[in-house]
Amino acid sequence: MPSISRDEVAHLARLARLAVTEDELDLFAGQLDVILQSVARVGEVASQDVPPTSHAVPLTNVFREDVVRPGLTQQQALSGAPAAEDGRFRVPRILGEEQ
Amino acid sequence: MTAVAELMDYDEVLERFDPVLGLEVHVELNTNTKMFCGCANVFGGEPNTNVCPTCLGMPGALPVVNGTAVESAIRIGLALNCEIAQWCRFARKNYFYPDMPKNFQTSQYDEPIAFNGHLDVLLDDGEVFRVDIERAHMEEDTGKSLHVGGATGRIHGAEHSLLDYNRAGVPLIEIVTKPLVGTGARAPEVARAYVSALRDLLRALGVSDVRMDQGSLRCDANVSLMPKGTEVFGTRTETKNVNSLRSVERAVRYEMTRHAAVLAGGGTIRQETRHFDESTGSTSSGRAKETAEDYRYFPEPDLVPIAPAREWVEQLAATLPELPWQRRQRIQAEWNLTDLELRDLVNADALDIVAATVDAGAPPAEARSWWVSYLSQKANATGTELTALPITPAQVAKVIALVAEGSLTNKLAREVVDGVLAGEGEPEQVVEQRGLKVVSDDSALLAAIDEALAAQPDVAEKIRGGKVAAAGAIVGAVMKATKGQADAKRVRELIISRCES
Amino acid sequence: MSDLIRQTAAELAAKIAAREVSSVEVTQAHLDRITAVDPAVHAFLHVDAEGALAAARKVDEDIAQGHVASPLAGVPLALKDVLTTQDMPTTCGSKMLEGWVPPYDATVTRRLREAGVIILGKTNMDEFAMGSSTENSAYGPTRNPWDLDRIPGGSGGGSSAALAAFEAPLAIGTDTGGSIRQPGAVTGTVGVKPTYGGVSRYGLVAFSSSLDQAGPCARTVLDAALLHEVIAGHDPLDSTSIDQPVPAVVAAARAGAAGDLSGVKVGVVREFRGEGYQPGVVAAFDTAVDQLRKLGAEVVEVSCPSFTLALPAYYLIAPSECSSNLARFDAMRYGLRVGEGDAALSAEQVMSLTREAGFGPEVKRRVILGTYALSAGYYDAYYGSAQKVRTLISRDFAAAYEQVDVLVAPTTPTTAFPIGERVGDPMQMYLADLCTIPSNLAGNAAMSVPCGLSEEDGLPVGFQIMAPALADDRMYRVAAAYEVARDAAAGGALIHRVPELEASAR
Ligand SMILES: [Mg+2]
Ligand SMILES: [Zn+2]
Repeated sequence: MPSISRDEVAHLARLARLAVTEDELDLFAGQLDVILQSVARVGEVASQDVPPTSHAVPLTNVFREDVVRPGLTQQQALSGAPAAEDGRFRVPRILGEEQ
Repeated sequence: MTAVAELMDYDEVLERFDPVLGLEVHVELNTNTKMFCGCANVFGGEPNTNVCPTCLGMPGALPVVNGTAVESAIRIGLALNCEIAQWCRFARKNYFYPDMPKNFQTSQYDEPIAFNGHLDVLLDDGEVFRVDIERAHMEEDTGKSLHVGGATGRIHGAEHSLLDYNRAGVPLIEIVTKPLVGTGARAPEVARAYVSALRDLLRALGVSDVRMDQGSLRCDANVSLMPKGTEVFGTRTETKNVNSLRSVERAVRYEMTRHAAVLAGGGTIRQETRHFDESTGSTSSGRAKETAEDYRYFPEPDLVPIAPAREWVEQLAATLPELPWQRRQRIQAEWNLTDLELRDLVNADALDIVAATVDAGAPPAEARSWWVSYLSQKANATGTELTALPITPAQVAKVIALVAEGSLTNKLAREVVDGVLAGEGEPEQVVEQRGLKVVSDDSALLAAIDEALAAQPDVAEKIRGGKVAAAGAIVGAVMKATKGQADAKRVRELIISRCES
Repeated sequence: MSDLIRQTAAELAAKIAAREVSSVEVTQAHLDRITAVDPAVHAFLHVDAEGALAAARKVDEDIAQGHVASPLAGVPLALKDVLTTQDMPTTCGSKMLEGWVPPYDATVTRRLREAGVIILGKTNMDEFAMGSSTENSAYGPTRNPWDLDRIPGGSGGGSSAALAAFEAPLAIGTDTGGSIRQPGAVTGTVGVKPTYGGVSRYGLVAFSSSLDQAGPCARTVLDAALLHEVIAGHDPLDSTSIDQPVPAVVAAARAGAAGDLSGVKVGVVREFRGEGYQPGVVAAFDTAVDQLRKLGAEVVEVSCPSFTLALPAYYLIAPSECSSNLARFDAMRYGLRVGEGDAALSAEQVMSLTREAGFGPEVKRRVILGTYALSAGYYDAYYGSAQKVRTLISRDFAAAYEQVDVLVAPTTPTTAFPIGERVGDPMQMYLADLCTIPSNLAGNAAMSVPCGLSEEDGLPVGFQIMAPALADDRMYRVAAAYEVARDAAAGGALIHRVPELEASAR
């Protein structure tokens, strides 16, 4: 299986919001290549008729009663904020559109 | 800013293209608490006061599913004639956006709780259009951002933004239609009627406030065109968060005419999200839609699967109230309405309020007449919704009862209604204060009659001579003298007996 | 060295409850020890002397009034810095959360406080629990008290080193791929990964949600069991928490200490030996297996062929989940923000710059790997297949537990390696968790108990005992029996052979 390229790492870093450096691109491309080669064996079971396990313990239907629980005060909510204004989290201008 | 888009004449669009619609409606549930935490689910409020570690996406915090939200989802699914999943999971939809605290939305992906349903939609002319439902799934809402600086409230040119997460984590049900084909010219109307029917349904279920103006019901309209005679769907655009029924209709119509102009000019439609501008009735480009693989969906490991037992689903089915179309059929039979009369009632959005008036004791015909004629005129004149008029169904029923017992004439009744609308109190108070009660005291009437007969001796003579029809002039004079508060029928009887004696 | 710091938690708790010694004295003795040796060991990222002494005073007052909150009331503990604490920073060993004081306590933290356990401070760890050496901490490595030039294991190296350096008799760790057991093995201490869902994850800063599990760390099996019962149990705030009684691990440890394992069937995992296993580790392991036989256990070899796929499956699942879990560190609501005040920067740019500056190389590597493994074109081959491997591994465990009561294997293939040795070679580092990962993938219980020192280097070796889900008590019984036999054979507790630390900064 062809492994991960430098461009691909750059694309993934963009998706993951990591402003990686040029040096990191080279380093990670090399290391991810090695890692992906050594985990490639896992792909061999892709075709097998085995159900996937997403949860280690087979629980279902865990629900909460629809009852209000005390949460945080505004002050607590904002206590770790890098910046706040008028009871809200202050963030740099948002460029993209909402989803 | 981009230039104003070219649009094709609507009739020409339909000659050359067939529209395909896809509607995604997001409904905020009116549960007490949020989807995955115990924070209060309320609209508005001081910013960041209905928040906790979970809905703020704080490190270490975990979600727990609101059981009532799941019940609502199943009830919605059942009302939309969907199959209810035997087993389903939540998934994470990964993308970064500042109003989304975890930078993934906990949603459902390939395992929705409800799927394969339909909703029959009544169009303005009484025709029924069946909208096939692809799925209804559970997810959570985002926070709200306020953009500061630049043009007020707009994202473009803002210097910074302020985030309030009170809405983050509010339970949402996303209802997605299958592609709707065959609507032809009626595509915009179908879109509006579908959202309207869905709103009525959700209201009847009691699961949501369904306030489009407050965002508790939001519609994204996907529109594409295919040239006549072909069956391959064109590229679609998705117009987001259209927040009134009328806007849904306008947005679909606008996109059809815009697409057609682009396609006819040899251009291609870009798959993108678009924004609808209420003031101009036009849409503008949002951003190119990220392709699906960028969301990196995977099963939410912090939540366990949901496997609704069939008995539970049956119990929930038994809780479904009378649904809007069932109710319409019942009311039509009970009130003895023609199809046209029913449709007028529905189109005037007056069904509920008339029914409430009937429930308050008024006969259906009178109740209907008051709301669709006099009160509709009043609503139109003041530019308000019928239901927003400051008069209750009980008050209207009271007025109708006063007419029935003879205490008010129809003319007086309208004055009483005007008084109630003007904030003068209950109907009885208005009657009292405005002195509108029918003059039923014969002696008072006789005095006025004698006066009128004396003033018009020639008319009096004709009546005495047997020309009863001449009494009209005297009736008119008496009504004038009593400021319309007399019962004209009684006045006529008294005149005739006076002239015979 | 004060006598108080050499005692077990059980002994300390008994004396505190009997008012032979106060919790304040015990707490102060450990704070003094931290002051003396932590400059060299660097087990702690934060020490809360005042808070600890205040909590100790409260316990002493309660006991004076006849109220003993729990069998561990008044005993000090070192808490891994990945569990939230309202009164102390929670950094996860990352610059991203430097100085962040959460507005809420983790359920484990709350239970510790309610049990009267004294939280001394927060222990060092690999950044966001990603690593096997604690070298990935943004705040510098922790050193192994057995040899200060070697790693104390990871990610919970701070917790294991604190125990081995006698800075605390109890600690809390979290185990995603071995982060409790492997540090336990290389520091000669006991580390337990309870059944997944046995201990609440609420307030445990997630690395890989479907694998993470907090558990007890101690110097004896009984102490670990006592701590296990304090922190375990159903929590409605964690949907994956098991709503069943906590296995009676304390009773099992006490029963095991009687030294009789007759009727117990032990399976030795065939796949976990051979190439890559240090001879001294294999020898110590074999000696321990012999010891179990002498205690009356029946020992058989068991094959679990899918276990060889565990490591590669883990390195797809854990990075995938972490790429999503760590997306929340975006400079908007808490933690580091880079570029504040530069009006030219957009929120998106600030996010990217902050994540670039705030995460270390191992975290970035795994985030990128996970982002890749979850991408639509690769999902089936990577994340999807890894989930199938989980099924295969669970089946191997199920088949094995039809034959035996517990499985055993070395905890880690080698003893503590020198600091710096594997930093540049992620694959080499990942091998440290080769034997521990299957239990995380299957969600069952597993623990490491020290089994002597390796011949070559005189460093501790870990003996891993694995039990079926919710049968945590089985492994405690076996471990306690073995521990008594081991100490009897060696003429004293293994942990007391750790070299004296100089009470001075390095
Ligand atoms: Mg959605
Ligand atoms: Zn909340």
